[in-house]
Amino acid sequence: MNSALMVGVDCSECGERAVEYAAELARNSKARLYVAHVIEWSQFSFSTVEENFERHKRREEELMRAHSDVIDPIVSRLKAEGLDVEGLVRHGHVADTLNALAVENGVTNIILGRQGTSTLKAHVFGSAGSRLVQVANCAVTVVP
Amino acid sequence: MSKLRVGITTLVGILASFSVFADVGIDEKINIAIKPYADAVAGFVFSSFPVAGVQIPFVLVWLIVAATVFTFYFNFINLRALKHGFQLVRGDYHDPKAAGEVTHFQALATALSGTVGLGNIAGVAVAVSLGGPGATFWMILAGFLGMSSKFTECTLGVKYRNELPDGTVSGGPMYYLTKGLAERGVNFARFGKVLAVLFAIFCVGGSFGGGNMFQANQSFAQLVNVTGGEASWMADKGWLYGLIIAALVGMVIIGGIKGIARVTSKIVPFMAVTYVIAGMAIILMNFSQIPSAFGAIFAGAFTAKGISGGVIGVLFQGFKRAAFSNEAGVGSAAIAHSAVQTNRPVTEGFVALYEPFIDTVVVCTITALVIIITGTWDPSVDPSAGVQLTSTAFETAFSWFPWVLTIAVLLFAFSTMISWSYYGLKAWTFLFGENKVTDATYKLLFLFFVVVGSSMQLGAVIDFSDAMIFAMAFPNLLGCYFLLPVVKKELNEYWADYKAGRLVKTRIS
Repeated sequence: MNSALMVGVDCSECGERAVEYAAELARNSKARLYVAHVIEWSQFSFSTVEENFERHKRREEELMRAHSDVIDPIVSRLKAEGLDVEGLVRHGHVADTLNALAVENGVTNIILGRQGTSTLKAHVFGSAGSRLVQVANCAVTVVP
Repeated sequence: MSKLRVGITTLVGILASFSVFADVGIDEKINIAIKPYADAVAGFVFSSFPVAGVQIPFVLVWLIVAATVFTFYFNFINLRALKHGFQLVRGDYHDPKAAGEVTHFQALATALSGTVGLGNIAGVAVAVSLGGPGATFWMILAGFLGMSSKFTECTLGVKYRNELPDGTVSGGPMYYLTKGLAERGVNFARFGKVLAVLFAIFCVGGSFGGGNMFQANQSFAQLVNVTGGEASWMADKGWLYGLIIAALVGMVIIGGIKGIARVTSKIVPFMAVTYVIAGMAIILMNFSQIPSAFGAIFAGAFTAKGISGGVIGVLFQGFKRAAFSNEAGVGSAAIAHSAVQTNRPVTEGFVALYEPFIDTVVVCTITALVIIITGTWDPSVDPSAGVQLTSTAFETAFSWFPWVLTIAVLLFAFSTMISWSYYGLKAWTFLFGENKVTDATYKLLFLFFVVVGSSMQLGAVIDFSDAMIFAMAFPNLLGCYFLLPVVKKELNEYWADYKAGRLVKTRIS
């Protein structure tokens, strides 16, 4: 095992094809596979006093929910298939955070599913996938 | 949902109980009933002694002396840490693994939305009309010195905060006065407890005064002003306005409808930026007058022609309004800042420097310049005009601005009230314990004072508000003096790491 791959997921059902594709790659190259989920968050947002005091507690809850609802089902399924899998959850901007996680874990290829519909929001703000292609330090594979 | 229903039922109850008094002249009745008490409290806190023939309130000397001592003790930390403070706010040292926690930026922005408010708009107008343009000079100086007080109290606020088992954080002077002084021995522990209790009592008072009545009063004044002044049908309906605001605040703090507070917390920064841009625009439109405005500020600071109390009177007005606006040394900000995620308490101190800087050195100065440049300040103007004076000043340049200002004033007032209701509640539960009954009692009292504040005349409200806010500075700063070595130790250790490049910088640029 000398390389690591990472697949970014939004929820446990969506991006299934990306997950399958990544699992296939990992199986063939005997690479470690990270299943990553980013909770949308900005360090420059505005909040109330009360929200700030409860923030730490909320964050723990958000991380726990991301693990139990999104990451863990995928990880345990792939583990059962005999793959070397690890789940990662972090707060931040989707593309930048996925790239940071990839760099930290020595990932050589980030696999992402493509959002089906091109919504107005994606046109205006750009999608996480296209942004990741711009910022990534490693290869990015977009699975249609 | 049941929480919501309880909240609404309670509100309806309050509204109903007030409607009994809803006849003509209720504003006057409330004013007459409360004024003697307000005056008594103000008289006590502002007990003064004569300096060169002018009565100087002791509390003001107390604030300025502390700010000056801290500035020298920390070797002008207010100036030398500005750059590093900015790097921290920008997230240069943000640990990506702590993503999702409260960042320096968020802690500062939240604290600012509790401080930037009517003090910057109405308070400055009062200072300039009573003290002349020269008051601005002393206001700016007080702003710079206040940065050191803020640094001290916010560092302590983070260092001695409580992290509760359920994951929430609780901090502020109540905690550093008890825990910090307890580290110094048994006698100090008892002394610290006394200071903490005193602070908590004054903080509850401050949350009813400056954090509530002053806000309700001045936002109502602006609303009346913009809808036609004396002739406005609202002119004698302060109680009605109070009830509406009380209902809105009640929906947030009792009804648990956090959405309103959340939306406000996002709009307020934009209103503040709008206000600053509009102010800058007026100043730039009259740029030929900028030199003479600064001339008037400097000349007025040291000559004080025609100002009651002479130079000391001018200095008094400037210092007083600066202190009331940025709350440095008062201890309220230490509560808000203590929620930040960091394992080096002093970093939040550096960030907190920006609070008086933005609030007083930038925003208050802009207000003052606009008033001076547009020539709207006039010693003969009724000093109780407050926010109206600022409104008129902006109106000379943009006729529609009073409406924008009204919205800004309403939002500032609302967000300041929400913040202070939280500070006050923290102090209240520190005194009486945390349970449903104490909680509800405080919140109902808070709403009651919203109505009282909108019904009273400005003079009485301003005096009482000032008194309660300033009283907090007595126990807070006294404790801070004893805790200075603790802050110094934190500062020296951190500064050595910073200078030696031992801090992990995460932003590469």
